[in-house]
Amino acid sequence: MGLILLPLLGYLVLFFAIRRHASAPFAALGFTVANLALTIGYLVQFDTSGGTQFITDLNWIPEAGIHFKMGLDGISMLLVLLTNLLLPLIILSTFNRGFSGSFYGMVLLMQMALNGVFMALDGIVFYLFWELALIPIYLICAMWGGENRIRITLKFFIYTFAGSLMMLVALLYVYTQTPEQSFDIQQLYAAKLSPEAATWVSLALFLAFAIKMPVFPFHTWQPDTYTTAPTGGAMLLSGIMLKMGIYGVIRWMIPMVPEAPQYLNTIYISLAITGIIYASIIAIRLNDFKRIIAYSSIAHVGLIAAGVLAFNTTALQGGLIQMFNHGINVVGLFLVSDILEKRTGSRNLSELGGLARQSPAFAVFFMIIALGAMAVPLTNGFVGEFLLLKGLYEYKLIAAILAGTTLIFGAVYMLRALQFILFGPAGPKTQNFAPLQLSETISLGVLAALIIGLGIYPQPILDLTAAAVAQLTPGQ
Amino acid sequence: MNATLAFTVLLLPLAGFLFTGLFGGRLPKNITGGIASLTVLSAFLISLFLFGQVGKQPEIIANGFEWVAVGNLSIPFSLLVDRLSAWMMLIITGIGFLIHVYSIGYMHQDKGFHRFFAYLNLFVFSMLLLVMSDNYVLLFFGWEGVGLCSYLLIGFWFDNIEYGKAARKAFIMNRIGDLGLLLGIFVLFENFGSVRFSEIWQGLALGQTPSPTLTLITLLLLVGAVGKSAQIPLYTWLPDAMAGPTPVSALIHAATMVTAGIYLIVRSAVLYQAAPFTNEIIMALGLATSLIAGLFALRQNDIKKVLAYSTVSQLGLMFVATGAGAYVAAMFHLSTHAFFKALLFLGAGSVIHGLGGEQDLRQMGGLRHAMPHTYRTFLVGTLAIIGFPLLSGFFSKDEILAAAFAHQPIWWILAVLSSAITAIYMLRLFFLSFYGPFRGSPEVHPHESPAVMTLPLVALAVLSAFGGLINLPALIAGEKGQWLGHFLSTLPGLKEQHLALSHSTEWILMGATTAMVLIILAISYQTYVKKGSIPVVDSAWKSWERWLGNKAYIDELYAALFVKPLERLSGLLLRWVDTLIIDGFVNRIGTVVVRSSHYFRKLQNGNIEFYLFGMVLGLILILLLNHVI
Repeated sequence: MGLILLPLLGYLVLFFAIRRHASAPFAALGFTVANLALTIGYLVQFDTSGGTQFITDLNWIPEAGIHFKMGLDGISMLLVLLTNLLLPLIILSTFNRGFSGSFYGMVLLMQMALNGVFMALDGIVFYLFWELALIPIYLICAMWGGENRIRITLKFFIYTFAGSLMMLVALLYVYTQTPEQSFDIQQLYAAKLSPEAATWVSLALFLAFAIKMPVFPFHTWQPDTYTTAPTGGAMLLSGIMLKMGIYGVIRWMIPMVPEAPQYLNTIYISLAITGIIYASIIAIRLNDFKRIIAYSSIAHVGLIAAGVLAFNTTALQGGLIQMFNHGINVVGLFLVSDILEKRTGSRNLSELGGLARQSPAFAVFFMIIALGAMAVPLTNGFVGEFLLLKGLYEYKLIAAILAGTTLIFGAVYMLRALQFILFGPAGPKTQNFAPLQLSETISLGVLAALIIGLGIYPQPILDLTAAAVAQLTPGQ
Repeated sequence: MNATLAFTVLLLPLAGFLFTGLFGGRLPKNITGGIASLTVLSAFLISLFLFGQVGKQPEIIANGFEWVAVGNLSIPFSLLVDRLSAWMMLIITGIGFLIHVYSIGYMHQDKGFHRFFAYLNLFVFSMLLLVMSDNYVLLFFGWEGVGLCSYLLIGFWFDNIEYGKAARKAFIMNRIGDLGLLLGIFVLFENFGSVRFSEIWQGLALGQTPSPTLTLITLLLLVGAVGKSAQIPLYTWLPDAMAGPTPVSALIHAATMVTAGIYLIVRSAVLYQAAPFTNEIIMALGLATSLIAGLFALRQNDIKKVLAYSTVSQLGLMFVATGAGAYVAAMFHLSTHAFFKALLFLGAGSVIHGLGGEQDLRQMGGLRHAMPHTYRTFLVGTLAIIGFPLLSGFFSKDEILAAAFAHQPIWWILAVLSSAITAIYMLRLFFLSFYGPFRGSPEVHPHESPAVMTLPLVALAVLSAFGGLINLPALIAGEKGQWLGHFLSTLPGLKEQHLALSHSTEWILMGATTAMVLIILAISYQTYVKKGSIPVVDSAWKSWERWLGNKAYIDELYAALFVKPLERLSGLLLRWVDTLIIDGFVNRIGTVVVRSSHYFRKLQNGNIEFYLFGMVLGLILILLLNHVI
C-alpha cells in the first residue's frame, strides 16, 4: 500500500507545493529513492517460495463485488522492483534539462499507477490503475514532447484507450459469469465461459494488451510516440509501461480464459513473431536513432510476447526476466539518444560519428548497453533471449528459428548504429562533444553495472518468479 | 586445488583485461603491454601444470555456481579440464603470450595501445572459456565472446569506415552460425535432458537416440562451426577480417578462434561418429572450401589476403579430417597450423612494419637482405606449410591425406590438389617478398624489426620446424611416435584408430606428395628467382585471373542476393506496409469515426420534440425485440 501512497504524496507535493521551485527535481529524486528503499524493504521480507504476499484487502464497493485488493507475488514483485528501480534513474536523466515540478508530479503519478497495475488483484482496481497510468503519460508527451506532439499523442491516447475499453467490456462480461459475482481475481479465474464467449473475451483482452506492448500490427502509434515524447516519457513508455501489456497477458488474459480455442493462441504467437522480423528489418535502414530504438523495442517485445504466449515454464521465466532486462536496456538506449541529442542537436546517424575518440567513457557505456540489447552472453539480454528461444523451441522448432533471427538482425541494426555514432571520423556536429555530466555518469554506470551483473548472475531474478510461474503452469 | 587453478587460468586474462582497460591508458606503454603479457604467461604456466595433471588423471572438473536453473534446465558455470582442453589451453596461452610480446613492438606507435591489449586479454579469456567449459551453453558464451573480440579488433582502427564494415560483416556472419549452434543446443537438451558434455555422452551411450535426431543435432552444430571456422558458405568474412592489426590476424584469425569450429566437432566426436550423413557433408564442404580458397589465394597481391585465404583453405583440410573421422589428425594439423600460420602472419607483420605499412607483394622484393631474421623464420614457416619433408606441416598434412585416401581415393586426389595449390601460392608469396630486387618506392627503407618482435618469430619457427614430433607417423617411428593420438585417446570418441592402409601404400602416398612439393619448389624457384617474374598489374589480367583475383565475385553475389534485397525490403516495409497500409488503416478508422460524428451530431439538435420521438421509437423497438426474442 505504501508503494501507492508514497508516489501519490510526492505527486501532491510537487504539483501543489513546489511546482515552480528549483528543488523539484531533487524532491522527485528523493521520493523515488525512498520508494525504491521501500520496495527493497518488501523484497527483503519477500518469501520466494510463498504465494501472494503483503495483501491489502478493503471492501470497497460491496454491492458490485469490488474490493480494493492488492498484493505481491514473485511476478508482481519483479515488475514493481523494475518500476521503482528505473524511476530514480529516469528522473536523474532529466536533470539539467529544465523540467518543471508539474512534469515530475506527472512522473510520480505515473509511478503510482504503474505500481497499482502490477499489484492489483481485483479486475476493477486493475482497470482503474491501467487507465490512470494513461493520463500522466499523455500529458507528459503532449506538454513536453517534440514536433507534432499533439496529433501524435492524441492518436496514441485514443488507440490505447480504445484497447482498454475492450478490456473493460471483457472484464464486465467475465464478472457476470463468476460464481460469486465478484471482481476478485480468483473469482474471475473461476468463471466458466462457453467456448464462443471465451473467444470474444480472449480477443478483447488480447487487443487491449497487444496495443499496449505493442504487437504487430497494432504498433503504428509507437514509433511516432517514442520519437516525439520527451526522453523521460519514452523511457517510462518503453521501460515500464509496455510491460503492463505483457503482464496483462500473464496475469489476466491466459489464466482467465483457458477455455479460449488453441488456434487463437497460434494466431497471437504468429503475429508476435511476424513483428520480430518485420520490425527488425525496418530498423536496418532507419536514420533516426530514436526510431531505431522504437522499432528494436517492437522486435524485442515481440519475442517476449511470443514466449509468454507459448506459456511454458522456460519461456515464462525467460519472458519475465527479459521484461526486467529490456526495461534496463531500453532506458539505457534512450538515455544515450538523449545525451546525443542534447549535445549535438541531432539524432541522425548520418550526422554523427567519431564519438569513440571524442568521449571514450560515453563510448564504453553505449557499447555495453548495445551489447545487452544484442543479447551477447554475459550481458543481461542473453539470459532472457536464451530462455525465451528455448521456450519457443519447446513450443515449435519453426517458432524458435524464426524468432531466433532477432539475434542476427539485432546485430545488424545495433552494430550499424554503433558504427555511425561512435566510429568513423567526427563531423561538425560531434567535434566538440562535451564530457558526461555527473548525473549522466551515475545513470549510465548503474545501468551498465546491472547489464553485466545480471548477465553473470541472473539466478536471483529467476528465483524470485519461479514459484509464481510454477503456480501458473501446474504439471510442467 | 586443481579446480581453483583451472579458474585461475580463466580469470587471469580477465583481470588483465579489466586492469589494462581501466588503468592502462595512464601507464607507460611497456608496463601496460608487459602486464597484459604477464597475465597470459602466468595462465600458460598454470596450464602447463594442469596439462601435467591430466596426464595422470583423466579430467579435472571445477564446479562453479549455477548460472541459470529454470524448471528442469540447469546450466552450471563449471569448467572441465581434460586432455583436449588442456592441449587447447596450451596453444591459446602459449601462442597468445608470444603474440602479446610481439604486439608490444608492433603496436608501439599506436594511440590505442592499451585498448589493444585490453581486447587481446579479453579475447584470451573468451577463447579459454570456450575450450574449458564443461557444457555447451558455457561454450556458447566463449563462442560469442571470441566473436565479439574479433569484431572489436577487426574494427580496431575505427576511424576507417571500411574497417568498420569488415568488423560488422565478421560479427553478423558469425551470428548466423551462432543461431545454428544455439538451436543445436536446444535439440541436445530436449533429447538428453542436459547441456553438460558428460551427461550427454552417457545418454548417447544408451543408444536410444534416433538417427535423424543425431543428424539434425550434428548439422546444427556444424552451422555454428562453419560460421566460426570460415567455411563455405560463410567464409567471406575472414579475408575482410585482415583489416585488423596483424597480430590479431595471427592470434584470432589463424591460430585460435577460427579453429573453434574444429574444436567443437572434435569435442562432439561421439555425436558425429553416429551421424555418417553429416560427415559426408563436412568432407564435401571442407574439400570445396579448401580448393576454392586456395585458388583465390593464387591471385591475391596483398600479403595478408594470401595468408587469409590460405587459412580458410587449411581449415578446410581440417574439416576433411574430421569428416573422415580422423579427429587426431584434425587436432594435429590444428596445432601445427597454429604454429606456422601464426609465424607467417607475424612474419608478414614484420615485413609490413619494416616497409612502413606496405602490404602489396608487388612493392616488395629482396627483403632477405634487409630483414634477415624475418626472412629465415619466414622460410621455416613457408616450408612447414607446403609440407616440406620432416617439417611440422609435412606430418600433419600427411595424416589428413592418408585419412582421406582410406575414406575414398578420389578425396585424396582432391586434397593433394589443394596441397599443391598451397605450395604454389605460398612459394609465390615467399619469393616475391624476399627475393629479387626491391621493387618498392625509393623513399621506403626496409629495416629489420626490433628483438621484441623477432624473438617470438624465432620461438614460433622452432615450433613450426619440430612441431611434427608430437605425432610422428607409425610408419617411421612406430606406435610410440604417435604421442598426440595416444594422449588424446582417453577422450570419448577419440580412441586410437589405425587406418586400413598397408605400409607400402602409405609410403607411396607420402612419396608422391613429397615429390610433388619438391617439383613445385623447383618450378617456383625458376619462375620467381631465376626469371624474376613479378605479378602483372590488375588490368593486364587474363579472364581467369580476373575471376580468381576478384574471388569469383562471391561478395558481389551475396550483396545482390541478400544485402541489397534486405535493404530494399526494409525501405519498402517502412514506406508502404507500415506507413501506408497499416497506419493508413488505423487513421482511416479515426477518420470514419470523426466523419460519422459529423452526422450523429445532427441528432443533437436541441429540439425536445425530436428527442421525445426518439424515446418513443426506442421503447417500441425494445418491446418489439423483447417479443420477438
